[in-house]
This record gives sequence, C-alpha cells and structure tokens, in this order.
Amino acid sequence: MKLVIINYGSGNLRSVAKAFERAAGDCGWAGRIVVSEDPAQVRDADYIVLPGVGAFGDCARGLQALSGMDAAMQYAVREQKRPFLGICVGMQLMADRGLEHGVHQGLGWINGEVVEIERSDPQSKIPLMGWRIPHMGWNTLSLTGTGRAHPVLRGLAGGVHCYFVHSYHFAAGDTRDVLAETEYGGRLTAAIGRDNMLGVQFHPEKSQAAGLRLLADFLRWKP
Amino acid sequence: MLKVRIIPCLDVDKGRVVKGISFVNLVDAGDPVEQARRYDAEGADELCFLDITASHEARDTLYDIVTKTASQCFMPLTVGGGVRKVEDVRNLLLVGADKVAINTAAVTRRELVREAAEKFGSQCIVVAIDAKQARPGKWVIWTHGGRTATGIDAIDYAREIVALGAGEILLTSMDRDGTRSGFDLALTRAISDAVSVPVIASGGVGTLDHLTQGVIEGHASAVLAASIFHFGEFSIQQAKRHMADAGIAVRV
Repeated sequence: MKLVIINYGSGNLRSVAKAFERAAGDCGWAGRIVVSEDPAQVRDADYIVLPGVGAFGDCARGLQALSGMDAAMQYAVREQKRPFLGICVGMQLMADRGLEHGVHQGLGWINGEVVEIERSDPQSKIPLMGWRIPHMGWNTLSLTGTGRAHPVLRGLAGGVHCYFVHSYHFAAGDTRDVLAETEYGGRLTAAIGRDNMLGVQFHPEKSQAAGLRLLADFLRWKP
Repeated sequence: MLKVRIIPCLDVDKGRVVKGISFVNLVDAGDPVEQARRYDAEGADELCFLDITASHEARDTLYDIVTKTASQCFMPLTVGGGVRKVEDVRNLLLVGADKVAINTAAVTRRELVREAAEKFGSQCIVVAIDAKQARPGKWVIWTHGGRTATGIDAIDYAREIVALGAGEILLTSMDRDGTRSGFDLALTRAISDAVSVPVIASGGVGTLDHLTQGVIEGHASAVLAASIFHFGEFSIQQAKRHMADAGIAVRV
C-alpha cells in the first residue's frame, strides 16, 4: 500500500506527512507514506492526498506547473477511483473555479465555486460571531445526513471540534455533495465529497485527536 | 460556533524555556519540546514559541525545536523572534510552523508583511505588536524586544499592517507584561475594534479572571499567557472551565 501526498510547492507537507505517520501507527496501517511531485508516483498510489495552504490561484498554478500531474490525478482518482483527500485549499481546488483575487479554474471534480466568506453584521464587533476574517480557530463540525453515513467522517459526529483557517469557502453547486458544515456568521462548507473523493476545509493534521481519527479512517477507507 | 483560543506561550532562549524552569518538576520544564507535549495533552488550542535570543546561531536550535514539536504535536504552532526576511518565514514554515510572527522587521520595513502574505497567504502571517501607553487612549509601539521607542501610533499601525495582509495580530502591552495585573483592556479593545482580523491579547495575565476580561472587555479572539501555566498554577483545562463558567465559548 502506498499513500502519496502531492508536493506542488504549497502547503505544510511535513505536518500532513507526520500526522499520517502517527495515524497509520495508531490504526496499524502498514503502507508507505510518500511526499512527491512525481506524476508516476501518483499513478500507482493507493491513496492520494492534496494538501494546500495559501491562495487558490497560487495553488492552482503550482499544481498545473507539474508536468503530467493533472493527467496522473485524473487517472488515479477519476478513472481508477482510488481514495482521494483534499485538505483546505486542496479541497477548494476540487471545485469548478475559485474567485480569490480573480477567477481561477479548479479541477472541476465537485460542482461549485470557492467564494469569499460573507462577513456577518459589519456593525456588530462581538468577537467570534462571523465578523472577523480569516475564520481562524476551533469550530464545531456538523455532519449532514450523508456525512453521518460516510466511513471517513462518521467518527466525527456529535459536535467534534476541528481547526479552521480560511477566508474563502466552497459554495457547493449540489447540496448532496456537502458532508459537513460549520457555523460562522452563516453556514460554511466544512467537508465535501462524492464517491471516492473527499475534501475537508479544516486541517485534520492540526486538529489533535479528532484529526488523527479522520486520517486513520481515511487509511481504512474502501470506497 | 467558533471558540475562543487559549494559547500558552513558550519564551525560548538558547534552546530552553526561560520562564518557570524551577517551578515545575514533573518533567524537564526547561525543554520546549517536552513543554509543548504537555500543553498538547492538556488541550491547548495553539502553541506559541517566541525565540527571545534570535541570534544567528540560535536559529538552528529554534528550527530543531520546531521540527521536533511539529512531528509530535498535531496542533497549530506559531513561531516568532528574529524574523527579518521572507526567507526566514519560509524556513520556519518548512520546518513545521503554521504561522510566523513578525515584530520589529514589520515596523522597519512594512513591505515585508505584504511580501510574506502574498507569498504564503495572510493566514500564516501574524504581526506581533508591542505597545506602551503614551497617555490615556493613546498607545505607541516599541521594537527590538521593547528597547526602542518608535512614536508610531499603535492603532494606526495595526490598521496599516492588516491592510498589507497580516492575518492576525499578537498584541502585547509592555506596561502590563510580567506584572500579573491583567491585560491592558483599553488597548486590547481599541485594537480589536479597529481591525477585522483576530487579535490575540497578551501581557499581564495573573489570574483566570484576567483571561475572561480579555475576551469580554477587550474583545480579543484569543488569549495568550505564559507564567500562569508554566508555574503549574493553573492548567489549560482549569482556564477553559473558568471561561466557560463566565459564558465564553471554549473548546473543552
């Protein structure tokens, strides 16, 4: 078994790899965890992870700059249907397009656009009610019906906290793809997915026990 | 609902935590990685390392501490001290920091904030502000670890660095730091109300009520403290229970 974390010059690859190593140890997963920018590695990966930190456009450009990566991802994720996890901007890249500093094409795997979080009541300066951007810190996860049945997410039912830091969020074109939400001013998409594809806006690698549990369940996922 | 964050801060000097060393005897409290593990286990919401030596030789030690901590603690980690150029930010992010705090260098060259935010995203750029009261309702910022006066108005400066791309402000009252007499609430509120990014209140915590006041009266999104936690006086959980009792949403 091999899990490949795609290295496209964006993101906290080291933290993601370390968290997967811990989760693998916790759940007795005996495969290899590889950080790579090589499309060949992605083609024969059993699990694929796309992390991402920063702006949508920068990340999209970084991914496109890796020659052959797009085709390798299409092959492994879309054709071979191997388990895929997008984290933060890696999740946002699954959308059709992102509207952060201009319009940028995404992978187009899940219907939707990545739009700016709307500030709630600009007059109200009460902290934590959706006025401050970025949405930064620990927020409660609220699973949808589909999310509660999802093998990777169902362990996070019951108001578990996860760590978020973002200013844009995934506005899904089809609400059936939304697996979890969180409340910040209004409702924000916290997890999205279809078939073998899963994306989380929060950072499982920074969400202590809850995050490690999600990563372990991802390693056990047989979609 | 988003929760108020409680952030223990570890001041690191030549690879050792410099506050509270002789007061905690359960573990080697002088070792930053051990301290980080303890706070992780206690449920701290984030950790902050400030390298107070920040000399050239100390950088490798700091990188080593961050590397080790990040491989064992799966929580957000902010690192600051001696960050002067975009390359310093990159190096800290590469070894495992999630956010990097910039202090003096942001004052002397504001463009650094813009460059770093454009390169790595606002979400990982924290600007640390050390402010001192000049007269009631007026605060000015100091640099070089509080040794150099600048005369720059703290509120104007906070607005400016947010416009340049800072994603968070770590606000320390120099008048209160180390006094255990509570945050400068007027300062905290003035800055929090002036900017749209989260503000971390710092400097002066001596009791659990001080943490509560920082949020309710100071409008802070997060509270940072060092000695009340290092000295073993209060645990993170005690602090959270106290804040929850006061009606503040915390992660327990």
